[in-house]
Amino acid sequence: MNRPVALDTEQPVDERLLSLENSYSYSSDTLAYIQRAARYGLYDIRGLGAKRKLPNFDDLSFLTAGASRYPLEGYREKCTTKTVLGTRFAKKPIVLDTPITIAGMSFGALSANVKESLGRAATEMGTSTTTGDGGMTQEERGSSKTLIYQCLPSRYGFNPDDLRKADAIEMVIGQGAKPGGGGMLLGQKINPRVAKMRTLPEGVDQRSACRHPDWTGPDDLAIKLKELREITDWQVPIYIKVGATRTYQDVKLAVKAGADVVVVDGMQGGTAATQQVFIEHTGIPTLAATKLAVQALEDMDMRGTVQLIVSGGIRSGADVAKALAMGADAVAIGQGVLMALGCNSPFWWKGNQRVSAEADYHALGTAPGHCHHCQTGKCPVGVTTQDTVLEQRVQPDMGAKHVKNYLQTMNMELTTLARACGKSNVHHLEREDLVAMTVEAAAMAGLPLAGTSWIPGVNGC
Amino acid sequence: MESVNVAERTDSATRVSFDLTTASVRELNAFLHDPAKLAGIEQVTVLNPEGAHNLAVGVAAPIDIEIDGNAGYFIAGMNKQANVTVHGNVGWSVAENIMSGTVRVKGIASECAGASGHGGLLVIEGDASSRCGISMKGCDIVVGGSVGHMSAFMAQAGRMVVCGDAGGGLGDSLYEAVIYVRGTIHSLGADAQEEPMTDDDYAALTELLGKAGFDHDPKSFKRVASGRTLYHWNADAEQDY
Ligand code: SF4
Repeated sequence: MNRPVALDTEQPVDERLLSLENSYSYSSDTLAYIQRAARYGLYDIRGLGAKRKLPNFDDLSFLTAGASRYPLEGYREKCTTKTVLGTRFAKKPIVLDTPITIAGMSFGALSANVKESLGRAATEMGTSTTTGDGGMTQEERGSSKTLIYQCLPSRYGFNPDDLRKADAIEMVIGQGAKPGGGGMLLGQKINPRVAKMRTLPEGVDQRSACRHPDWTGPDDLAIKLKELREITDWQVPIYIKVGATRTYQDVKLAVKAGADVVVVDGMQGGTAATQQVFIEHTGIPTLAATKLAVQALEDMDMRGTVQLIVSGGIRSGADVAKALAMGADAVAIGQGVLMALGCNSPFWWKGNQRVSAEADYHALGTAPGHCHHCQTGKCPVGVTTQDTVLEQRVQPDMGAKHVKNYLQTMNMELTTLARACGKSNVHHLEREDLVAMTVEAAAMAGLPLAGTSWIPGVNGC
Repeated sequence: MESVNVAERTDSATRVSFDLTTASVRELNAFLHDPAKLAGIEQVTVLNPEGAHNLAVGVAAPIDIEIDGNAGYFIAGMNKQANVTVHGNVGWSVAENIMSGTVRVKGIASECAGASGHGGLLVIEGDASSRCGISMKGCDIVVGGSVGHMSAFMAQAGRMVVCGDAGGGLGDSLYEAVIYVRGTIHSLGADAQEEPMTDDDYAALTELLGKAGFDHDPKSFKRVASGRTLYHWNADAEQDY
């Protein structure tokens, strides 16, 4: 047998087979985790949401029209996306042109330019945007026609003047990325303006409270909501946001406490910074949470009276359509809009020029497509930063345009699917329009497995 | 000058009263939020509160509000400018998120008094229960009696004066707020520490005790503030990016 010869060294090639079997339990990710833990002695803190494979809206498909159903004509026939939220108690419910809203994200986690971009895009699309754990900035109030003001456990910058400027109030009990945990903002992002808004020393590693300071249980919450209604003279809706865990019970308690709107944030929901162990190992997928939330509203005979917003890994018009068909009234998007602004993109925009950000990703020890380093404050594309140089990488004109385009695309996809299902109103999409592609998704979403009438867990099956 | 029932108000009346046996909390707060209705009014008295919640919340006007009896949760919440006096006891979260003005409770207060207060002064003449001053952000709180456990938890800024004793876990996870205690401290919370009093502390106490109407000797108080050991809990972490 002729041996292959390596010409440069004239050394015979080693023919022993390398044994490179992968371990499922000790995968390369697990090895990296153990090595990191051994090196630093501290849990990993990172941004974005759960990265592991979870059942999601991709595991559902629409049964669009055929002989048994009548479709609407493509882009020609009217299909409304108008969405009204907060009709239960508020004198001024929120009226939007689309059910796709922008989720709460803090100034502090995001730069002022990003906040302004989101506000402008939302306003152009006729939808709402939401404050976060850093209070309301003038930039976002000024740029947002419809602004939801969050009431968070930390109460950073929370004040009655901003409360009265809000179009709705969102009482945040939890977040899908970290249900049961408070916010985090590491010292490198606490610049003088952020510190002042939060009444914190500059540069402090800030971990905000996970419990509200002035109420603890659902009975107190009912009184707290009345206080907020009294302060705002019952004008604006009050949302209650919960991270998806015991969703059925939490939604029922939120309704009982007096919510106009319940926001359920599934475990794919993002964060600017929290412990990795929280992001990957708590909560339930958005798919399961949506089913439980709708079921809770139906069991209380409150569907249509209390609206449901679903968030956590909603990425596309298909996701929106499926969430609506499952019973949501609207969705909220966080990570998706950040990606529209450039998150994980290899470049950022300087005017109409693309400028490579690869070196900055590498400096963070990552690469475009893999980044979750929002906690560092050194976002290579200027999205999640307070750095005066980096934040210039998102300019409100370009940022607003990209976010608007993204929202518009999703809205078009949503109406495309709705029309194909024969609906002239996206809110007429229904569970009957959906099937599940996997057994897990069928069980979690409470939908039949495609090609069968089998819904795991229903009727003793 | 006597208060007149709001329903019988004349143009010259500067003092009006709401009797909660006939008026609703909604009517009271709507009145207190309406600059046109408040024009010329110096004092509003709330009669027969009977433990009602959410009285005088979100007021943003320099008026005196007298609550004549025991009241419930969130009394004078988010107060701005007004001087509110409760002639009785209050439930949870009195003067929560107070911005300015003064809120005075003649009796005792339940949990979370002055929670997340940004400014102004809260005086509890009797005792305050647990988590008094939780998450405070710049307000001043003076308690004539004792405070319950976990008071001033995560307090960020402002001053809290306790003329009696403090329960367990005082000042847990403090930021820059300062606590003065005259009596016994049952235990300190994480990162809270007793520190020597300075001339500035005596001056602060003299001012606060004077405003609150107590004549204790400032020298009889101890100072508790943050050890700041939790400010950079992530310092040894992966800072090498
Ligand atoms: S690119 Fe920026 S926003 Fe996206 S994950 Fe990295 S640091 Fe966060």
